[in-house]
Amino acid sequence: MPKLNMVQAINLALRQEMAKDKNVLVLGEDVGKDGGVFRVTDGLLDQFGSARVIDTPLAESAIMGAAFGMSILGLRPVAEIQFSGFAFLILPQLEGNASRIRARSQGTMSAPMVVRMPYGGGVRALEHHSESREATFAHLPGVKVVIPSGPRNARALLVAAIRDPDPVVFMEPKHIYRAFKQEVPEAEEVGIIGQAEVVKPGEDITIISWGAMLRPTLKAVEALEAKRAARVEVIDLLTMSPIDARTITESVKKTGRCVIVQEAPKTLSMSSEIIALINDKALLYLEAPVKRVTHFDVITPYFGRENLFLPNPDQIEAALIETLDF
Amino acid sequence: MPLKEIASFNVKHLSILDENGQWDEDLDPKLSDDDLIKLYRAMVKGREADQRMLKMQRQGRLGTFPPTTGHEAVICGATFATRDDDWLVGSYREMPGRLMRGEPLERTLHYYNGREEGSALSAAHHLMPIQVILGSQLPHAVGMAYAMRYKGEQGRAVVCFFGDGASSQGDFHEALNFASVWQAPVVFVCQNNQWAISVPLACQTRSQTIAQKAIAYQIPCIQVDGNDALATYKATKDALDRARSGGGPTLIEMVTYRLIMHTTADDPSKYRSADEEKTWWDKDPIPRLFHHLKKIGVWDDQKQALLEEDVKNEVNQAVKNFESEVDFKPDAPFDHVFETPSAALEEQRALFLSNLRDSNNA
Repeated sequence: MPKLNMVQAINLALRQEMAKDKNVLVLGEDVGKDGGVFRVTDGLLDQFGSARVIDTPLAESAIMGAAFGMSILGLRPVAEIQFSGFAFLILPQLEGNASRIRARSQGTMSAPMVVRMPYGGGVRALEHHSESREATFAHLPGVKVVIPSGPRNARALLVAAIRDPDPVVFMEPKHIYRAFKQEVPEAEEVGIIGQAEVVKPGEDITIISWGAMLRPTLKAVEALEAKRAARVEVIDLLTMSPIDARTITESVKKTGRCVIVQEAPKTLSMSSEIIALINDKALLYLEAPVKRVTHFDVITPYFGRENLFLPNPDQIEAALIETLDF
Repeated sequence: MPLKEIASFNVKHLSILDENGQWDEDLDPKLSDDDLIKLYRAMVKGREADQRMLKMQRQGRLGTFPPTTGHEAVICGATFATRDDDWLVGSYREMPGRLMRGEPLERTLHYYNGREEGSALSAAHHLMPIQVILGSQLPHAVGMAYAMRYKGEQGRAVVCFFGDGASSQGDFHEALNFASVWQAPVVFVCQNNQWAISVPLACQTRSQTIAQKAIAYQIPCIQVDGNDALATYKATKDALDRARSGGGPTLIEMVTYRLIMHTTADDPSKYRSADEEKTWWDKDPIPRLFHHLKKIGVWDDQKQALLEEDVKNEVNQAVKNFESEVDFKPDAPFDHVFETPSAALEEQRALFLSNLRDSNNA
């Protein structure tokens, strides 16, 4: 099996889906000749031509709106927003139309489209290039929100997103675009949207994270397990919406303890929702309050301070210990 | 170095039949008598339906809605120039055009009675459902036009309606730019009724015309007398011919007037004068075409009486159908979030239905 980084794995998903289905096309700023600022769409223009790999004018709302129009007539556009910090410009189209067309038309129309966007910190970028705003999108009924955590699931989930009958926001943790490689089979692999993955089973405590936070989480778990007898169950959320309540609930019922790690600000975030969900479904199984390790409710600082604000393995390990010892 | 003029532009205004009955036979689109009658009939029916809806709204039998009285030449003329397989992408003031496409009036009534079922047949008539965010539909029209060409559907095109207020939105400008760069087969029809609720055109833009905004995007444009159905038809037909043959988009500004309120929730006397309204009632597109058809011998008072009777009956029947259709599934919103409802949604549906049973039993 070839070993690919996440950029290459996403490129593979796009290439294979475009080869397979003529209705799949990509559009966005610099996606053609430049292959995207992160090279995710590299080589697609040469292989599929400019009618299917569209370098658009610089206007996020129209990228989203035009992709929506294409999807209405049966195409499966994959729109790229260059950085998620600019994705607020797509909200009027996403919330206003793509998320609603199925309801608005009573199921007679739909918007099978994907919006890809790199998100998150850790790449020493400028303002608006480091945020984690997944909860903003996950709050919208009618929108699915997916965040892969590595090359293999990025590829499989993007294939699933492209084939999904509903609009999918696909957020790519750019911090780990090239951080590591995984074996990614050339043969088709289709992820399941709405399903979290138990990355590592355990009995004593559950830890939930997603995207770029999975790696520091695993590091903390490794450090903890080297010191203590506790066995940690690690859940990679993968889909923010619709959330996999079952996997979370089953795990927390088993362990009675839970820590959530996220790169996003704390208030009204995915972790808030997960705690509410545990409250609904597994409160009486809890042996300790659910603990969170998050960014702070501040404007994401520039990279001079950025790392001070991102969860790190030491903080995660401390949260695990505190919750175990409660 | 002396300054050189490197580009110059002009904007043309098309008028074929004016409010005084002056008719330019050379510019006339030369519709057959049958077609002229069809176009006129659509306008009369649109007016009848609109006035009936107004009464129903005042009687509490319909919710708030935006009337179309005064817009008939814009909507019907433009729609009449389309083929049934062209998509119409509108906002919320195109009811007479929707009827022309065969969408039953009952659907519009359901919509303004607060039920999404009103839009359930839209796609079958190549109509986008009513879209309320101003200007938001313009990029959709461009994407749809791109998709048609991409799929090799040569000769198909999209007509996109919006108002003067929407021309201030970013989506208007972004869509025109995309359409131009892509040379998409789309015709943008601005229903310039000169009032965005209470804000007159002079506060909306300092541009002499809305048409000229296309020039910045290298898109052909024209301003049309929007109360002249022959002109609105001809301008749209010409633009569609250009789009169908690969000539790209066009912006048509149709200057008309909203003769009554923006929606049934506002009172125009608060922001504009009765005198101004009077001058526009004198330009009413329907009597204008009526007199013309009489003058050229395709219409008479007897035919008019029959037509009025006819459209009244049709509207009556639609209202009757609307008020007798009771099929209404309260939990339908759960069906249409995703193609397959998630487990969480099914759980919420169960709660919703149990709440409903409890309140029914209470």
